[in-house]
Amino acid sequence: MSLKNNIESVGDYALLLKRVLSKPDRLSEFFKEFIKEVYKLGVSSIWIVVIISFFIGAVIVMQIALNITTPLLPRFTVGAVSREIIILEFSSTIMCLILSGKVGSNIASEIGTMKITEQVDALEIMGVNSANYLILPKVAAFVAYMPVLVIFSMFTGIYGGYLICDVLGTPSVETYVYGIQFYFRSSLVWKSILKSMIFGFIIASVSAYNGYNVQGGALNVGKASTNSVVINSILILLTDLVFTQLTSTPQ
Amino acid sequence: MIEVNNINKQFEGIKVLENISATFIPGAVNMVIGKSGSGKTVFLKCLIGLLQPDSGEILYDKKNLLKMKHYELKQLRRKMGMLFQGSALFDSKTVLENVMFPLDMFSRKNNREKRKRAEFCLERVNLLDAADLLPSEISGGMMKRAAIARAIALNPKFLFCDEPNSGLDPKSSQLIDELILDITKDFEMTSIVVSHDLNSVMNIGDHIIFLNEGIKEWEGTKDGIMNSKNAKMNDFVFASDIFKKIKDAGDLISEADDSLMLGQ
Repeated sequence: MSLKNNIESVGDYALLLKRVLSKPDRLSEFFKEFIKEVYKLGVSSIWIVVIISFFIGAVIVMQIALNITTPLLPRFTVGAVSREIIILEFSSTIMCLILSGKVGSNIASEIGTMKITEQVDALEIMGVNSANYLILPKVAAFVAYMPVLVIFSMFTGIYGGYLICDVLGTPSVETYVYGIQFYFRSSLVWKSILKSMIFGFIIASVSAYNGYNVQGGALNVGKASTNSVVINSILILLTDLVFTQLTSTPQ
Repeated sequence: MIEVNNINKQFEGIKVLENISATFIPGAVNMVIGKSGSGKTVFLKCLIGLLQPDSGEILYDKKNLLKMKHYELKQLRRKMGMLFQGSALFDSKTVLENVMFPLDMFSRKNNREKRKRAEFCLERVNLLDAADLLPSEISGGMMKRAAIARAIALNPKFLFCDEPNSGLDPKSSQLIDELILDITKDFEMTSIVVSHDLNSVMNIGDHIIFLNEGIKEWEGTKDGIMNSKNAKMNDFVFASDIFKKIKDAGDLISEADDSLMLGQ
């Protein structure tokens, strides 16, 4: 894709957002769709978040416990470091990278299919702002539900580590829990939640943009779905870098 | 009334519509016919505002669609009903929900009244039994009927149909044709139907426009089709064996009549 195409895409995305972020034609219809999307994009993602967080949490603790063997560092460091990784990066950034595959491709393919089967045109002909009707409930629902997913991820990640300490015995469960609580700042949780909401907005809106601009047939719906996952991943990582730099204060 | 003046449209330098002007008859079935790739669907999409012509004007009751403000366009669109080639029913909604959708979005009626109106529209297309089924659970013909019911839910002034018979068997095609004709007359709508099915043209067409390679070649009534002197039009119409035989039979009858007259 040429630079000109990329710049055009950014402009198109901004114009689409302008249409998306306008007042819904009927608020009652918007809330109906919003509730449906909360279930479809958010609630149905809980199981994948729980399973992945549990195992990755356990693996993080196991790796740190195995690699921090120096007597100069106390054993509770395993809990403290695991907590920082899980809360700050895993539950927001890595989880959103995974969700961009599940939710992003779902949104892009759903809207893309509606586009090629003229359902989007049908909305426009009725005088409905199709971008607003189709995309806003998805964006709002996913952003609003993101904190729930992140909190689930944090808890199950830390619990995965707890169980692995219980099984392996090193560090002990008490030491791990002490490390988890050691110098805990609640701002970490808020930062992570805020970051994940920004990622949620990126995932839903970029995927919707890719789906909304599909032309042609089923092959292009597949392409749009793949593109949205790739673009989302890159944008999430870039945003994470910028967000971390902006919000980090020297200890 | 819908009037089109000198509209042109091209895609990447290729002319798809060239200087097309036409006036569509109110309260009648206006048909736009032509071969595949002749520009019929592009013409229809320009008429309903889904595509922007490069030049020309499209007048709805003397108001130019291309110069309308956003809210005027929105108001106009509520007076339009559209039957898409692939029906374009919403997959996630039942047939009844599909028909209720425009009412939910724009009608001030309460839920009971909206449901009553949707059921009336479904009954009008003889599809009330399928009200609770999803589009994936009904046949192609039923999908078209459901799409017609949705199109008339808000009692539109203009009905647009893009290839309403595509993918249907002859019996279902005839049913859809009759439905379009009946609805046009009953609700006093102006219908514009894009088709290349000559059976439809002969069944329901009140006013016919023939497009060939983006140019309006011929305009008239269905009776004029068989006697047209336009070579391109004849090529299109008599490509069908049945219509060729009908024309030959008609010519034979005229010749016999002439001989009889001379004999007397």
